[in-house]
Amino acid sequence: MEIRPILASLRKHRIPAVLIVLEIALACAVLCNAVFMIGQRVADIHMRNAIDERGISVLTLNGADPARAAADIPRNLAALHGIAGVKAVATTTGMPLDTDAAVTGFTITPEGKSSVNTAEYFIGSDGEQALGLRLLQGRYFNADEYADSGLDGFKSTAHVMLVTESDARRLWPGQSALGKRLYSDNASWTVIGVVADVLAQEPAFSGGGGRYSSVFFPLRPQVELSNYVLRSAPQDRERIVREAVQVLGKLEPAAVVEGKTYEAMRAEYFADTSSMAWMLVLVCVVMLAVTAFGIVGLTSFWVQQRQRQIGIRRAIGATRGHILGYFRTENFLLSTAGVLVGMGLAFGINLYLMMHYEVSRMPWYYLPGGAIALWLLGQFAVLGPALRAAAVPPVVATRSG
Amino acid sequence: MFGYYLDLALRSLKRSPGLTALMMLAIGFGVAASMTTWSVFRGVSGDPIPWKSAQLFVPQIDSWGPSQKSGAGLHEPPDALAYADAIALMHDRRAALQSAIYAVAPTVLPAGEGRSPIPVFGFGVYGEFFPMLDVPFRYGSGWQAGDDGDGAPVIVISDALNRQVFGGGNSVGRNIDLDGRDYRVTGVLKPWNPQPMFFDVVDTGGFGGNGPDVFVPLQRAIASGMENAGAVNCPKGVQPGAGYAGLQKSNCVWLAYMVELDDESAVQNYRQYLDNYASVQQKLGRFDWPPNNRLRDMRAFLDHEHVVPDDTRVSLLVALGLLLVCLVNTAGLMLAKFLRRSGEIGVRRALGASRRAIHAQFLTEAAVIGVGGSALGLLLTAIGVFAVNRMLPPRLAELARIEPALLLLTVVVAIAASVLAGLYPTFRAARVQPAWQLKTN
Repeated sequence: MEIRPILASLRKHRIPAVLIVLEIALACAVLCNAVFMIGQRVADIHMRNAIDERGISVLTLNGADPARAAADIPRNLAALHGIAGVKAVATTTGMPLDTDAAVTGFTITPEGKSSVNTAEYFIGSDGEQALGLRLLQGRYFNADEYADSGLDGFKSTAHVMLVTESDARRLWPGQSALGKRLYSDNASWTVIGVVADVLAQEPAFSGGGGRYSSVFFPLRPQVELSNYVLRSAPQDRERIVREAVQVLGKLEPAAVVEGKTYEAMRAEYFADTSSMAWMLVLVCVVMLAVTAFGIVGLTSFWVQQRQRQIGIRRAIGATRGHILGYFRTENFLLSTAGVLVGMGLAFGINLYLMMHYEVSRMPWYYLPGGAIALWLLGQFAVLGPALRAAAVPPVVATRSG
Repeated sequence: MFGYYLDLALRSLKRSPGLTALMMLAIGFGVAASMTTWSVFRGVSGDPIPWKSAQLFVPQIDSWGPSQKSGAGLHEPPDALAYADAIALMHDRRAALQSAIYAVAPTVLPAGEGRSPIPVFGFGVYGEFFPMLDVPFRYGSGWQAGDDGDGAPVIVISDALNRQVFGGGNSVGRNIDLDGRDYRVTGVLKPWNPQPMFFDVVDTGGFGGNGPDVFVPLQRAIASGMENAGAVNCPKGVQPGAGYAGLQKSNCVWLAYMVELDDESAVQNYRQYLDNYASVQQKLGRFDWPPNNRLRDMRAFLDHEHVVPDDTRVSLLVALGLLLVCLVNTAGLMLAKFLRRSGEIGVRRALGASRRAIHAQFLTEAAVIGVGGSALGLLLTAIGVFAVNRMLPPRLAELARIEPALLLLTVVVAIAASVLAGLYPTFRAARVQPAWQLKTN
């Protein structure tokens, strides 16, 4: 396809040509950044979490009598264990991604300063089985450690702790974490085991590096252990939640019992994130639609304005295919200019956002991705007007005005 | 004349209904989509009351002095108030509405045999707290201004606590046992758990929890020894005296404070007032440093406390980007429509229309498109907000409020953009000699 006549004609219609380029550039820039943001949200929603997410159900107990917790908790656990299909049951103070975060900064020296908020979980005996933690090194807490550990303020009086593999790597790179000590406010604990990465209670609150920064302490039965974690086969969960709420409700008549599956809990936590992602998708769709409208409108105008020229070309031998090709090539040239400017703009916006907000660098492949999307959009949008142009009969050339 | 131009504009638009529809759709979509997404993004961008956050301010008073300077840069006053300062500010009542706030964790003992005590979480506040923050009530209301001073045993309870203690229903006027004393319920809230808990981020860290269960008059809470359940920060080397009385006398900071200031002059006056207050304290010898106060609006304060996640705010820019794309596209379409009408302009010029008349006619037409598109945009926004309310989780949907001022601004921008887009082709068309135009077409 000859490009020179196209360029010549574009030079005569500078303003509309510049507008199309601008439309495509803007759309490309916004699209790249929006898709990048959607991608990050989707990644957040799917963050891995090394507990048995599909098998866990959680009951929360509010308003239990603190004085009787030491006796009541073992009784409650035994009753819950009696429900058919329950493989393991234990109590914890919190769950990953629940809204009640307990976080502390831990350091590897007594005086150090911590930049990461580490999520803390206090678990009652069998907690590791009920949660489905995966032990990578060392051991879990033994019965004595569970029985001897209490709380002072919200600090463990235990001497042992479990850490996640991310923390083990972050705090002691290249070394084994076993036997090392962590400090916080004049207290210290020995690491006895390393578990696979468990999500922090509130990743947003733990900072970028703290997403998997979690520690586990043993805790004897006391009222702070208000979450009952039940593990079962995934298909039994709904029934088990129903039955467990009844069982616990009868045992603790004065307290409020709420139960849900862990998956529901996780979905609830990410509800905002996923609505945001959907809104961004909506933004992209509307924007692409509007850009397509814009291209259709401007090209139609062009086609109408050049009816006579098209007629002449047809009269002197151009086929319909030539006319079609002409408008498609023209659109391709404009799109190319648009996406080149747009990619630069997208990169610039990303740099600006990185400087002023906590946005990470956009991977390079988003740029060509956005460019291809807009090329395709341009070709799709130009098809209608170009077909109309190709349908102009040669006889138009002989008509005046 | 305007009526005639309007008529011409409508005729012209009717002649090419497709292009007209496209233009109006582009404007309408742009306005609606950017407004809807903006309102949702605003909702989750850590501003739980976007409709009012610009009027809410957090005063900070430097009660510690420059010796407590931490790190480099400007010395920042502590992020909460000492008891003496909070009470002095409450006493002066220089803002439209204001309240000192501190976190409490008392125990509720439900009436009836064999019911165990319920540990609850809440705040000691002043009565103005509720109207200031538009706290939603299911039954009753906050307490009277007089109750603040008297330290009356009144209480506002959450919907959840109401169900737990009274089994739901209108329990205004009933008594509830808090730490062994009876409090009369003056109001029951609707479920209310703003995230972040913007009125006291220092104590709550902003996020988490199931929302406050109780609100009691601050003076009453302090008089009955309800301990501060939130953070207490003391200047280095200062140990508050024994017990609650010691804490009240110390310069340790533990009270949050919020004021409502309705316009710029009120903000200026309040700033001035804070500085005067600090000067007086300096004269009295309590501070031996010049006034160093801050009066941040709520969002700036949340920002300062690093409570708001950044990425949600970036999404606001995306909504803006969308509006921009839509306006540029409209401009393009408008250009397409007007440029092809040089023939018509030639005829009108030849018949004696002045350039000014041509401008007036075409700008009228552009304005008609802008107004039509904006009207469509308003309609689509209403549909969008309705859809958002149906689809999003209720907590979010509640936040997705449309701000009339912002909507108006968008409409004005949309109309201005279409008029501007109409300007260039009109200008070009009106400049050319009529005879030449007639001939070429």
